[in-house]
Amino acid sequence: MLAAMLGEAWHAMGANRLRTFLTMLGMVIGVGAVVLMMAVGQGAQYAVSQSISSMGSNLFILISGSTTSGGVRSGSGGAPTLTVADADAIAELPGVRAVAPVHTGRTQMVYGPNNWSSSTYGTTPSYLDVRSWSVASGYPFTDSDLRSATRVALIGKTAAKNLFGDEDPVGKTIRVGQSPFVILGVLGAKGQSLDGRDQDDTLLIPLTTAQRKVYGTPFQGAVRMIMVQAETAAGMPAVEKSMVSLLRQRHRLREGMDNDFYLRNLAEAADSAAETTRTMSLLLGAIASVSLLVGGIGIMNIMLVSVTERTREIGIRLAIGSRERDIMLQFLLEAIIISVVGCFIGLALGVGGALLANYLTDAMVVISGSSVLVAFGVAASVGVFFGFYPARKAARLDPIEALRYQ
Amino acid sequence: MGGALSPDALPLAGAPARSVPAGIGGIAAQSVEKRDAGSLREAHFSQSVIRVEGLHKSYDTPAGPFPVLKDVDLSIAPGEFVAVMGPSGSGKSTFMNILGCLDRPSAGHYVLDGRSVAELSKDELALLRNRTIGFVFQGFNLLPRMNLEDNVALPLVYYGVEREERRARARKMLQRVGLGNYAKSLPNRISGGQQQRVAIARALVNQPRLILADEPTGNLDSHTGEEIMALFDELNREGITIVLVTHEADIARHARRQVSFLDGCIVQDGPTEHHDDNPSRPPLVRGGVETPSPDKGRDGEGLECLE
Repeated sequence: MLAAMLGEAWHAMGANRLRTFLTMLGMVIGVGAVVLMMAVGQGAQYAVSQSISSMGSNLFILISGSTTSGGVRSGSGGAPTLTVADADAIAELPGVRAVAPVHTGRTQMVYGPNNWSSSTYGTTPSYLDVRSWSVASGYPFTDSDLRSATRVALIGKTAAKNLFGDEDPVGKTIRVGQSPFVILGVLGAKGQSLDGRDQDDTLLIPLTTAQRKVYGTPFQGAVRMIMVQAETAAGMPAVEKSMVSLLRQRHRLREGMDNDFYLRNLAEAADSAAETTRTMSLLLGAIASVSLLVGGIGIMNIMLVSVTERTREIGIRLAIGSRERDIMLQFLLEAIIISVVGCFIGLALGVGGALLANYLTDAMVVISGSSVLVAFGVAASVGVFFGFYPARKAARLDPIEALRYQ
Repeated sequence: MGGALSPDALPLAGAPARSVPAGIGGIAAQSVEKRDAGSLREAHFSQSVIRVEGLHKSYDTPAGPFPVLKDVDLSIAPGEFVAVMGPSGSGKSTFMNILGCLDRPSAGHYVLDGRSVAELSKDELALLRNRTIGFVFQGFNLLPRMNLEDNVALPLVYYGVEREERRARARKMLQRVGLGNYAKSLPNRISGGQQQRVAIARALVNQPRLILADEPTGNLDSHTGEEIMALFDELNREGITIVLVTHEADIARHARRQVSFLDGCIVQDGPTEHHDDNPSRPPLVRGGVETPSPDKGRDGEGLECLE
C-alpha cells in the first residue's frame, strides 16, 4: 500500500511540475544555505584553531613590569624585573614542561643588496619547543651557542624571502646591526598569529648574543618576557598559582604589593577566540535556518492549496473506503518527498558551493559530515512538520462536503 | 415544513424481507451465518441489508436546527432493487448519504448488514464503504489523472490488495462492463456513459453486497441511461442489492420497489409495475409528488408520512 501511495504522490507531484519545482526550490535554497553557512563557520573555526595551535599549546607569557621615571610610566616590559634566573627557577616547578626566556626587539638585517627589518627574538633553544616550531631546513642553535654567545640565527620564512629571494639562506652570513650572523636554519611556516601579525617575519638568535652583542642591557640577565608551557591544559591553573607565588618570593614582594610582572594565559585568549568564532558560525547557521523555515512554510502553503484543489478527489477517496489515515499519509508523503528531494539537491548545491569557494578563494571552508546530517534531518522534519497540518486538514474533510465541492 | 405526521399506518415500510427475490439464497445464508443466536427481531435485522428505524437528521442553521429527515423507517432485504424518488429538498440525498455511511443520523438506528452503524468507529465505517457498499455517483467521480484501470483498482489499494492482483481484478471488472480495451485510457478520453460504466466497475471491484447509486443516469442521455440501467438490472439479477436515487420515472421503473420522499418523510413505498409488464403505466406515487403545488412549491400539502 505504501508503494501504491508513493506512486500516487509521485503522480500528483508530476501533474503540477512547475509548482512542485518551485516549492522544492525553497527547500533547496534553505538546505543549501545551511550547508554553505555551516561550512563557512566551520572554516573560520578551523582557521582560528590553526592559529591557536601555531602559538603553541598551554602557553603562559610572563612580561616584566613597568617603570616610572619622572612621572612617565614605561608600559609593560619597561622594567628589567624578570631574569634568566627566574626562568630557570620556573622550569623547576611541577607541571611545567618547558620555559623560554625571550629578549625582543627589532633589527635591521642586511644581505648583499637587500635589507629588511624583522622582530628579533633572543632566546634559548627551548623556545622552538615551547612554540611547537620546527626548523624547515638547516638546524637549530644549541645550548653551547647560548653559552658562548655565538653569532648564529634562525630565520623565518617571510624574512628569508625578503632578504634572500629564491636563494637558500642556510649557511649564508647576514649583517645584523654591526655584526655578522650565520644563518643556521630556516623556520617552518607559522602563518598569522591571532592578532594578525606575520609570525614568519622573524629572526631567532641566542639570548646571550642578543643581550651582549645586539641590544646590550644595563642589567645582566634581565629579559623582557618568559614563555612557559604547562604539561597539560588541566594543570594550567596550578602552574599559574605556583609560578606567581614563586616569582613574588624571588622578587621579595610583600603582602599587599602589586606584582612587578604581567602574566598572560594564552589558552584563555585562545578559548575566547574560539568561542567567538563558534558564536559566529552558530549565527550563520541560524540565519541560514531562517531560509529553511521559509522553505518549510512554502511547502505548507502549497500543500494547503493542493488540499483545497483536490477536495473532490479526497471526497471520492473517502467514499470508496479510504480511512482518514490513508488520506493523511498520502499528503504527508507528498510533503516529505518534496522536502527530502529538495534537501538532496540543496546538499549537492551547498557542498558544491563550498568546494567552489575553496577553489576560487583562499577562504577555508570545511564541510563536515555532521553538518550534512543535521541539514538532512532538519529538512525531513520540516517536511513532516509543515506537511502535517495540511495533511490533517485533508483527512478531516467531511466526505459529503468534499464530494459536493466543485 | 409542515408534513403532518398522522399515524396512517400502512403495513409496508418496516416489514423485513418482504420481497426477497429468488436466486439469492447464497447471500441470505451468508447473512444468517453472521447473525448471533438471539431473538426473532435480531433475525429480522440480519435478514435485511439495510434497516433504519426512527431516523432523524437535522442540520444546524443560524435559525436553529433544520430537520431534513423526520422519523424515517425503512428495511431493504438482500437482493432488492429499490428506487428512491422525490423532489429536491425532500431529504432523499441526505438519506442516501446516511445509508452510505458518509453521514451520521441525528437520532434513530441504522443497521447495515447486521451491524449497528452508530457504534462503529470512523475506520470501521471506512471499511464498510470499502467492502460492503459500492457507490455510483451522478457525476461519475473518476479521478481525472488516473487511467481507468487505476481508477477501478483504487478501492483495492485501501483494501490492502497487492499490485498485480489489483490490476487483474480491475481488468476483469472493466471487461465485465465492456471496457476491457480502455484500461490505460484517461477518463476524459471516453464518453459519459463509458465513464459511468467505469464508475460501476469501481463500485463492484470489492464485491460489495450493496450498491448505492445517486442519480446514476442524471448526466446521461436517455439511451445511454437505459444501457446503464440494463447493467444495474444484470447486477441485481446476480443478487446484489441496489438502492438508486432518481428523478426519472422511466429509470425508477427498473426497480422492483419504489420509495418516495417528501419533506423528510417516506410518503410512498410499494412495488413497481415492472417495465416489462406495462411500460406505459405511470409510477405509483400518491398525491402527485412530481407536480409542485402552485402556492407552496413542493411542499406537498395533503401528503402524510408513512408510519
